[in-house]
Amino acid sequence: MIRGIAFVLVLLWSGLAQAFDYGLKAVEVAPETYVVIGAMEHFSRQNGGNIVNTGFIVTAAGVVVIDTGPSLLYGRQLRALIGGITDAPVVLAVNTHAHPDHYLGNGAFDGVPIAALAGTRQAIAEAPPALLDGIYRLVGDAMAGTQSVPPGETLAPGLREVGGHRLEFLALGGHTGADLAVFDRSTGVLFAGDLAFLDRTPTTPQADLDHWLAALETLRALKPALVVPGHGPPAPPPAAFDQTADYLRWLRRVLAEAAAQGLDAAEVMALPLPPAVAALAVAPAEFARSVIHLYPAFERAMLSAK
Amino acid sequence: MITRRLLLGAGAALSLGPRARAAEPADPLQSISWAEMREQFLGGGPVVFDDGVALSAPSSAEDALQVPFLADAGKLGPVTRLVAFADLNPIPLILDYRPGALAPLIAARFKIQQATPLRVAALDARGLWHVAGQWVDAMGGGCTAPALAHGTDDWTAHLGESEARVFARDGRRRLRVSFRHPMDTGLAAGIPAFFIERVTVEKPDGSLLGALETFEPVSENPLLTVELPAALALPAVVIRARDNNGNVFRRPVTL
Ligand SMILES: [Zn+2]
Repeated sequence: MIRGIAFVLVLLWSGLAQAFDYGLKAVEVAPETYVVIGAMEHFSRQNGGNIVNTGFIVTAAGVVVIDTGPSLLYGRQLRALIGGITDAPVVLAVNTHAHPDHYLGNGAFDGVPIAALAGTRQAIAEAPPALLDGIYRLVGDAMAGTQSVPPGETLAPGLREVGGHRLEFLALGGHTGADLAVFDRSTGVLFAGDLAFLDRTPTTPQADLDHWLAALETLRALKPALVVPGHGPPAPPPAAFDQTADYLRWLRRVLAEAAAQGLDAAEVMALPLPPAVAALAVAPAEFARSVIHLYPAFERAMLSAK
Repeated sequence: MITRRLLLGAGAALSLGPRARAAEPADPLQSISWAEMREQFLGGGPVVFDDGVALSAPSSAEDALQVPFLADAGKLGPVTRLVAFADLNPIPLILDYRPGALAPLIAARFKIQQATPLRVAALDARGLWHVAGQWVDAMGGGCTAPALAHGTDDWTAHLGESEARVFARDGRRRLRVSFRHPMDTGLAAGIPAFFIERVTVEKPDGSLLGALETFEPVSENPLLTVELPAALALPAVVIRARDNNGNVFRRPVTL
């Protein structure tokens, strides 16, 4: 009886699992370097949570994967995509930071070392179950079987040579408490994680604006040939750096001014967006979220100022 | 067009008395709880769904523990009450404001348990309720979660501490005040209801300017916004908050 139920569940589950095809495509942005570009949208049933860029580098020593995507199914399809390009095994997967669209594919990388900065490992391990529940609710079937799998290894920042690629791992922060950027000094490609966005409004649930702006200057100083943002198209600098920094500075100024005028958060959300901001994907919704994340600190500072 | 029809409907209800109930405007948010909400919080009085109250609130709750809203009934002329409630919250009533000598504007934050209509109703001088509302989507969990304060061990030492500031706004003076308080709903296991239930704005001599009743859904460490009309010339006011355990917190504010 129990076996029968289990069998039905397996059938059901595999039915669901086959139902969602992400249609992942690898874009070769440099020799042996690929980016899988996600939609510039919020989580939805239609996009299966594929709102994020992932990438991989096919080195002589095996494949390095940068971010594993929003679901188990995405992770599996990413692995299959890699398998269609090279016979080399995946030797390392990294999570740039502890936002679920970047690490929920970890479950598909069984047997592969998954590494992240110490702060990222901790944040993923401590993520409340409600976070996963919320994404299941928004994304639905494409999430089937997805569990939060924390990275098993701590990534040491610094330069590491992997199969002919000189990979520099940079421990930064500001988008979250711990943000990893991967700079391939051999190709000049910078995987900026969510420290850089292009044509898509930056997200701020754990942001520290000053810290983030400083991190962008660190990335700019690397003088990469190409920037792969966490969300939005890969492009040569400075587009993603400038756009992200401009948005963060605008956000900081608008929130400070609103607090000085005594506006309530509900009024701040309704403020008109300047054209450069309004042109970014999902701008009104993301700005409203940022008001909730960041405005209370500006209000407190204003109320407690003597 | 729709607004005019709704207004006419309400006008008919006013002049024809109880028999005209059937002609009452339908709830534009189509909430199953509307009739009950109206009976419970608006005393079954005549209502109109128009733009008399400008309500600002997000369409979805990014933080279920802190959903901001601001309601401004300035265009209605004298308003005796502003009542805010969320139909589908386990405790729907958020606040009941009698602005008195203050402007008919209130802003606060509330805890949301699930997607729900948020409404603010303003009672005008003719005894008609003007109801503004919108759906607020939510991930859930805001009302039954314990206050964040319980994660720290020194919250009792700061109970009732307050901050306040006055802002000039289009001739009016806006008063924003926050009190440290857990605002426990009583719905989290093992934690009894413990919340600020009345906030008054008084003249320095103690006479009442405006009175706000606050209920369990108001967010932890409430941040409240009210406005003083330009005509109200006072050197200072006192804000007094009282919780359901009888604690009283007093905050003088120089204008
Ligand atoms: Zn992120």
